[in-house]
Parts: sequence; C-alpha cells; structure tokens
Amino acid sequence: MVKWTDFERAAIQDIFSKIDYDVVGPAALSRCLVVYPWTQRYFSGFGNLYNAAAIKSNPKVAAHGRVVLQGLVQAVSNMDNIKAAFADLSVLHSEKLHVDPGNFKLLGDCLTIVIASQLGKDFTAEVQQAFQKFLNVVVASLQKQYY
Amino acid sequence: MTTLTARDKATVKEFWSKIGDYAEDIGRDALSRMIVVYPQTKTYFSHWSDLSPGSAPIKKHGMTVMNGVADAVTKIDDLTAGLLNLSELHAFTLRIDPANFKIAAHNILVVMAMMFPVDFTPEVHVAMDKFLAAVARALAEKYR
Repeated sequence: MVKWTDFERAAIQDIFSKIDYDVVGPAALSRCLVVYPWTQRYFSGFGNLYNAAAIKSNPKVAAHGRVVLQGLVQAVSNMDNIKAAFADLSVLHSEKLHVDPGNFKLLGDCLTIVIASQLGKDFTAEVQQAFQKFLNVVVASLQKQYY
Repeated sequence: MTTLTARDKATVKEFWSKIGDYAEDIGRDALSRMIVVYPQTKTYFSHWSDLSPGSAPIKKHGMTVMNGVADAVTKIDDLTAGLLNLSELHAFTLRIDPANFKIAAHNILVVMAMMFPVDFTPEVHVAMDKFLAAVARALAEKYR
C-alpha cells in the first residue's frame, strides 16, 4: 500500500483541479509522439502523424489524449489503491495493446513537462516530487499485470 | 537517437539564443529540483554544507553545469572532441553514473518548460532532449 502524506495528497488534488483536461491530455500525448517518435507504433490507425503539425492537429490523437487523462483522474480518485483500480487497465495494456511498459515513463515525462508549463511557478520542486511519486505509482500499477 | 540533424542544431542554437541569459536561473532551479525529486542524486553532493533548494552550493554548481551546456552549444558540431576535458573529468574523477545525466536533463527540460512555456514547443523539446542526450554521451565517452 502506498502511503501518501497530507502534502502529497493535497498537491495531487490541486494539480488536477487546476489543469484543463482538454488541453493537457492531448498536449501530453502529442508531445510524446513528437519527442519519442517510436511511440507512434501504437497508433498506426490514427492517420496522419507525419510531422509535429499533423500530430498536434490530429483529432484521434486529441481524443485519445483525453482518454489517457481520464485514466489519471481515475487514479486520483483511487489514490489509496491505484494498483487494484488499474488491474484491468494493466491487463488491457499487456494482453490487448501490447505496450512496452518503458513507454509509460516517456508519456509520464511529457505529462510532467506539459503540467509544468501550465502551472509555471506553482509547480514547485515539492509539487514536482509529489507528482513524480504519483506517476511512479501509476506506472507500476499499469505494469503490475504484465507477465 | 544518435545524430543531431542540421535542423536539430539550428533549433538548439535558436532556442539557446533566447534563453542563454537565464542559464544561471535554469541551472539553480534544475539542480534544486533534481535533488528534491530524485533524492538518490544527493549521494554525489555529500561534501556540500547545504543541500536545500536554491542554496549557495547548488546555485554555484547549477551555473557550472549550465556553463558546460552553453559551451556544448558552441561545440555542437563535434561534441566528443569539444567536451574531451569534461569527459575525462567525469570518467576519472567524478565518476557519476551516466543514468543521472538523464535525470539532470529531464529537470533542465522541466525548468525550460516552466520558464518558456510558449517557446518550448514539442519541436524545441525534441531537439533539446536529443542535444542533452548527445552531451551526456560525450561526457560518458571515456568511462570505459
């Protein structure tokens, strides 16, 4: 069981109350596809991913970015047992989507960078630390059912 | 992963021309964050009196690191040759595990995103990420 301090809980809730889900989800996913282009391998059905401009304006990327962020919102609602809450998602990513778990970290880093640019000075070192811990738990939970 | 394209180099140089004056702030903030968010990196600084964010040793060292990055920008066409002395320093004296170069780079990018949210586009992000990875490779050149 993950132990969260009061500060960490508050920091995570605060981040998710401040960010615009419609902006952050799509921005993080499209940034991931631009910065780590090999991640595009999972999105061959998404149409034009030819360059950064195409990725940014691709409606399927935007829609999926929102799906991913909703997943994170789920994690925030289940902070005391993300592992259990994500069991099915983990099976999905392993058995159906066949996503190399290394990619979870890459998307996590892009999320950090997008949120940092949204929150500016409010994204203090301590807030970043709390968010990194949250991401580590999410990633570990998504990886849990892989075998 | 490996080679910087002509476009990467141009993007890095252009972005650096905008942000180079803030190198000291970037270095101090990035290093402070790294120590807080990735506490295992503290092991390299046990000789410092003060590891709190923004402390004097951190500020000084942040500047040292960013001066290295600034120098690397001018030597972007041959980082291995250009950073030879730094590479020997890191390999024989400092012996920092290269995994930490990635951690440091990530925190530099986070600070850049915070300070320059409009300029730090995905295109600039990928060029800077590649550049910092290339710098890290040049620094690790002499390790073994």
